[in-house]
Parts: sequence; C-alpha cells; structure tokens
Amino acid sequence: MAKANLMDYEKALELFEVVIGLEVHVELNTKTKMFCGCRNDFGDEPNTNVCPVCIGLPGSLPVVNRKAVESSIAIGLAIGCKIEANGGFSRKNYFYPDLAKNYQTSQFKDPIAYDGQLEVEVPSGNKFTVQIERAHMEEDAGKLTHIGGATGRIQGAEYSLVDYNRAGVPLVEIVTRPILGAGSEAPELAAAYVRSIREIVKALNVSEARMERGNVRCDANVSLRPKGQEKLGTRTETKNVNSLRSIERAVRYEIQRQAQILADGGSIIQETRHWHEDKGSTSSGRPKSDADDYRYFPEPDLVPVQPSIELIEKLRSELPENPAAKRKRLAGEWGFAEMEFRDVVNAGLMDFIEEAVAEGAKPQAARKWYSGEIARIANSEDKDVSEMNITPAQVAELARLVESGKINDRIAREVLSAVLAGEGNPDEIVTSRNLEVVSDDGALIAAIDEALAKQPDVLEKIREGKLQAAGAVIGAVMQAMKGQADAARVRELVLERANRA
Amino acid sequence: MSEITPDLVRHLAGLARIDLTEDEVVRFTEQLSVIVDSVAKIANIIDAETPITSHPIPLANVFREDVVLPSLTQEQALSGAPDQAQGRFRVSAILDEE
Repeated sequence: MAKANLMDYEKALELFEVVIGLEVHVELNTKTKMFCGCRNDFGDEPNTNVCPVCIGLPGSLPVVNRKAVESSIAIGLAIGCKIEANGGFSRKNYFYPDLAKNYQTSQFKDPIAYDGQLEVEVPSGNKFTVQIERAHMEEDAGKLTHIGGATGRIQGAEYSLVDYNRAGVPLVEIVTRPILGAGSEAPELAAAYVRSIREIVKALNVSEARMERGNVRCDANVSLRPKGQEKLGTRTETKNVNSLRSIERAVRYEIQRQAQILADGGSIIQETRHWHEDKGSTSSGRPKSDADDYRYFPEPDLVPVQPSIELIEKLRSELPENPAAKRKRLAGEWGFAEMEFRDVVNAGLMDFIEEAVAEGAKPQAARKWYSGEIARIANSEDKDVSEMNITPAQVAELARLVESGKINDRIAREVLSAVLAGEGNPDEIVTSRNLEVVSDDGALIAAIDEALAKQPDVLEKIREGKLQAAGAVIGAVMQAMKGQADAARVRELVLERANRA
Repeated sequence: MSEITPDLVRHLAGLARIDLTEDEVVRFTEQLSVIVDSVAKIANIIDAETPITSHPIPLANVFREDVVLPSLTQEQALSGAPDQAQGRFRVSAILDEE
C-alpha cells in the first residue's frame, strides 16, 4: 500500500474547514447482558457466557434488562438529552459472524435519548458545545480472532474464531451532530469530547469506562470543505481508535490526508478506514455500499419501552455532579497551584484525594501522599494507583498521624509500606511496631547529654553563632533514638542548652 | 401498483444471501408485488389518529431484573457448530471487514 501524501497541517486549515462527527460506544457494566441472563464479564473462557438467546438459537426469546434501560436513560440525561416516551428495538440486518443471529438488536427511529448537548473544554481553555443527535441502546457483538494472517489481521487470514461472550452485552451508542468551527483544535476537541463521555459514564457508574478494554470506543467521522462552501464534504469514518491520544492523532491524520487529495483535484471516497496505532496512519476498509442496506424493522420479539416520567425524574435527581464542573469546584476548594491540580487530574488522582479529604485529610497532605510516595511505589511496581492496597481513609489517617506529630515523615513512609504490605491501618502499625515519635523531653535530654559529652566543643561553637554545629548533635541523637524523634524538637533543646550554659 | 422490480428482488436476494434463478426472480417479483399491494390497503382504512404499532398486543415495558442466570457450557454452546477450534466457533475468513 502506497503511503498517503499528507498536507502540512497548518496549510490544510488555511484551505479547508474541518467537520467532524463522533460515534462513541459505551459498554454498560450491568451484571448481565442486554437481552438474556448471561454474565457480562471480561476475560472469561470463550463461549462460557452464552445461552440460546445470545447465540441466536431458534425459538429463543430476548427479554430487556431493566438496569440497562435505566443506565441508558441516565447517560441520556447526563448529556442533556430528551428521553423517548415510546421507544423500542429494531433489527439491523447484516451477515457477519460476530453476531450469530444475522442481525443486531438495536434502536432505529426511536432512540432512548435524543437532542442533547455537552460543553467540552480543550487543553487551550477554549470551550465548544457539541450537539448530540441521539443515544441509542443496542447489543455488542462477539469477538473475532483471525488465524493465519501474518499480522493477525483479516488480510491473509485462513479462518476466524468466534467467541460470543461479548455478544449481547449492553451498549449505548452516542452520536453527535456534525461539529463545525473547531478549526485547528478539531483533533483536540474529538479527544476531549470522548474524555468527557468517559468521565460521565464513569461518574454515573454505568460503565467500567476502560478504553483499553473497549468499554468506550470511538468512531471518528472527518470531512473537509473548501472555505466558504456550504455543502459538507464527503466523510470518512475511522474505526479502531481506542485511546484518547489515538483519536486526536487519527483525526489530524485524516485532515492532512484528505486535504492533500482534495488539493490535488481528487475526491474523497466515503468509506470506513482503520486506524493503525503502530504506523500512526489510517488505511482503507470497505467502501460504504450495499453492505449498509440494513433493512431495519421493528423487533417482533420485544415490546415497546415506555419509561415513566417518575422513573426519568428519579434518575435525573440521582445524576452525579458533572465531572468538568466538579473539577472546577475542587480546584477552588483545595487551593492547589494550577500545575499541581493539573498533575493530579492527569494522573487520575482527583477522586482518591477527594475521598481522603472526605475522610479528614488536608487537601495538600492527601495530594502529597498520592502524587508522591504512593504514585512512586505504584510506578516502580508497574501498577496503577487504584491497584495499590491502601484506602483513602488510611491515607487520611496517615496524614493525621504526621500532622499531630505522632510520627515524622520518614516514619510515615515506613508505615505506608507496612499498610501496602497488608499489615493493617496506620494507627495499628504505629502501635504494633512501636514507631511513635519520642516526644518525652527527658529521653531526648539524656540522649543530648550523651552526645554532648562526646562532642564537648559544640555548645561553645553555637554560642559563637555557628548554629550549624548543632547538626552533629542532632544527628547523633536521632541515631540514638532510631529515628523516632522529632528533629525540630531536638534542635530546640540543644539550642536552649547552649544559651543556658 | 407496487414498486417491486426484478432488480429490487435480485438486490434483496443478494442482501439475504439467497441464490435465485431468473425464473424465481420473475415469480417473486409478482408475488411480492401482490403482498406489498395488499398490505398497502391498510393505509386506506387508518386515519391520522391511529397510533403506529409493531405489536398486536397492547403491552409495554416487559423487563428482566439484572440477575445472572446459568449459561450453557462451552461444550453445549459449540455442540451445534459445524466447525470449532480452541473453544470457539470456527468460520471462514470474511474479507470485507476487519
């Protein structure tokens, strides 16, 4: 395949207006599938979460999962949509072995949610309002593994293996209207929009929202039109973009590729394109054609879905704070420097800190622990902070112990290691390991006396103004106390002694 | 008269992966026309007040609670498969999609 010519990005934007459209699939985290009681789980043995309904055996009948409908309504409400009073399911007919029924049960004319909007902020601080056309319920398809091709791709494959564990898992597909006016920030906006959707479904607790597992997937439509032209250009739909960074890169790539073709007098083929993370490019998939003649018709095995006003209002009243608004609020409440707060958000630590603060930690102390020692250890063990064996309540307790002077920072790090090792709560560890800072002046004075006896000239030097001479005594005392002393207090006592003598 | 043409029948047959002879195309064009025309008569007996329905029974909101039910075993699931490998259904590679 010849490498596509790419136009310089800035030049492409001078010549063309960028229009994007995004389709985001959200896999719900219900316990069971959309239309049957099979487990909705990731990573089980192939074809063990399947039943006659989800492998399309004759005579089986689907029944809609109530929780999946409620989760879908909650998503719709969170993105400002209206909720369809009288909706239902349709069959989308196509032949492909990822679904055994030869159709996907989906929604067509009457999606559960429609006409919404979402305000999205891009890294520059610019804000865009993305219009949402619809969010509809459907079922996920099975997983195909292609065998025999050199790269594991379909090209050159001898056969494919199908695992239907994922077939029938509830999905909500959120479709935007064409997004105009983002200009050079269209790639960033695409990524920021998907990030917002991901944050919202996570905050709603209706999806695991892990992009690397395909819980949130994005198809990005991109088209260009010469500046001043009214008619939208021909679009391509890039699939297989499974990270926020890929979305940004794929949109940018398509802008540059299409711009060069159009500038050379060519035309864009309306087609599906595949994003290749390794190469940073898209390649042509199948053209849109007869294959998209899906012959939707109402699903005769399912009855209409008519959510009551009471249900809708109950779900509306339970909506969590919008994640973007919440970030703004916490940034104000915590008083972190802008960089500190951004680091916390980017590292995914905001929720942990919020919980630790709710457990009584001071925001700065919680931040220090999470973005410092805990993140460092997690990183060294190649883990995510969420996988670390410590609760926000334990972090709060650790911070309290330091604040009250019961332990110092060095001891606190030892306590942290012990908590991570599963030895219990910080309080218990301090007690069981006998780590409490020695604050009994008597014990400290005895240790100071001993140290001064070995370094008799120190007091004289201090009196001459050489305060750093105290360091040697403090070091000796700390050593004698095995680190369990408050160094600041030792220093005070040494200086007091020098002034008295 | 309905809009059913031989080309449309060929197109639908293609979408449904049904191999039709030319004789069948002619026969089905006639039969489908009669069916479509018959169904179209319904349009003459309903008015704007008649709600659109896809079911004869006035029933809505039939739901299932989100509770796990037993699934098939892998052996059972694959028992009707023409071909299988590694606990999965084995199918020929289809080249029009990745």
